[in-house]
Amino acid sequence: MALAVGCRARPGKARDNKTGSWRVFKPIFDHEKCSKCGMCQTLCPEGCIHEDTEGTFIPDYDYCKGCGICAEECPKEAITMKQEEK
Amino acid sequence: MLEITEGSHAVAEAVRLCRPQVVSAYPITPQTHIVEALADFVANGKLDAEYINVENEFSALSACVGASAAGSRTYSATTSQGLALMFEVCFNAAGMRLPIVMSIANRALGAPLSIWNDMQDSISLRDAGWLQFYAEDNQEATDLHYIAYRVSEDQKVLLPSFVCFDGFILSHTYEPVDMLTQEDVDKYLPPFNPPERLDASDPVSFGMYATPEYYLEFRYEHDKALKDAREVIAKAGKEFAALFGRDYSAMVEGYKLDDAETVIVAMGSICGTVKDAIDEMRTEGKKVGLLRIRVFRPFPSEDVAKFIKGATQAKRIAVLDKNISLGAKGATALEVKDALYGSTVPVWNYILGLGGRDVRKKDIKEIVALADKGQGDQFFGLRKEVL
Repeated sequence: MALAVGCRARPGKARDNKTGSWRVFKPIFDHEKCSKCGMCQTLCPEGCIHEDTEGTFIPDYDYCKGCGICAEECPKEAITMKQEEK
Repeated sequence: MLEITEGSHAVAEAVRLCRPQVVSAYPITPQTHIVEALADFVANGKLDAEYINVENEFSALSACVGASAAGSRTYSATTSQGLALMFEVCFNAAGMRLPIVMSIANRALGAPLSIWNDMQDSISLRDAGWLQFYAEDNQEATDLHYIAYRVSEDQKVLLPSFVCFDGFILSHTYEPVDMLTQEDVDKYLPPFNPPERLDASDPVSFGMYATPEYYLEFRYEHDKALKDAREVIAKAGKEFAALFGRDYSAMVEGYKLDDAETVIVAMGSICGTVKDAIDEMRTEGKKVGLLRIRVFRPFPSEDVAKFIKGATQAKRIAVLDKNISLGAKGATALEVKDALYGSTVPVWNYILGLGGRDVRKKDIKEIVALADKGQGDQFFGLRKEVL
């Protein structure tokens, strides 16, 4: 992304900033344990957990900052936080 | 046409001729007369601008940021505590690359409270990324506003400018000033045409956040634009000289430097006194010269080095500072020492005139005598009996 004078930006530009790079712990989803309740998607402060056509919940690692709320709240303990090597 | 006028009124008239579309300011001594005069111009239909009344200086400059981003030529004025209150907005205006022009009627900063002149206010904002011009007299104070708009709005620069002139000493003093006409200024200063502006039908945001992958590069570009302004100042100054005869193309001015053994370096109105003192000292056979700094940001390091090198007889340099970076030295002395790094000519710093303390010709002569004796890096004129 080339610099814009004065850091000017069109709407939606925030998508270009892959804030997932800020993450220390990465949520790993165990789809076997998942009951598809959708709690993780509801509580994700980044809004980066999406439901696919099968009803499975998938995190978008480009924007997930690794806060761990999904892992903390998952009633089936299907999400675990793993330290990421970069 | 030559008019005898108060500094503040001359500046207000120059600003009017620059056709700002939005003016927002909060009155503060000794800047008040400028914004009072501009408010009159707007109320009486002599200036077709929006005058935005605000509750303080933070809001005044914030209003200018919005107006400038929307594509308006924008003006404000302040001093001292008012400028201190604008601290955050100053950095934002510069980072968003908005060419606001703001007059600073230089005044001391509290505490202790002082309404009188020194340069601590604008010097304290030297890292904000604005251009900083310093006027010696009211003619220059007015002319630098035309230059500041031209340079600030240049596409290579796109940065805001302070036009600084000493509070009371210039702002409240009547001097003859050659005022340009509207026709003159229109010839010199084209309408503001920014590359991008706020527009509801084509939304854009200014000064968005930059992640660690980008921030360093934004600062590099900002610094580069400020340094590139040196060439733009030279060009704008030459064009002004060609049209109106007064030359501001150089960022520094040399006065009797060729054979000077003692070189005084200073900024602002004090330079008038220094020049008179030099003339008197020269009749007594003392070879003294002056290097006046007109533009402090970007700092003219190469010009300072070149002029001092040109003063082949220079044995010592006395830098006068109406400011101090407490715990270090005066800001000008620090810059001059940096510009002359490696030179064997000693540079002495004198902190003087703070909070309105008068500086007279005899003081300049005393400083030259001190520098001759190798005594410097000190406050000058301290009243020892109250310490």
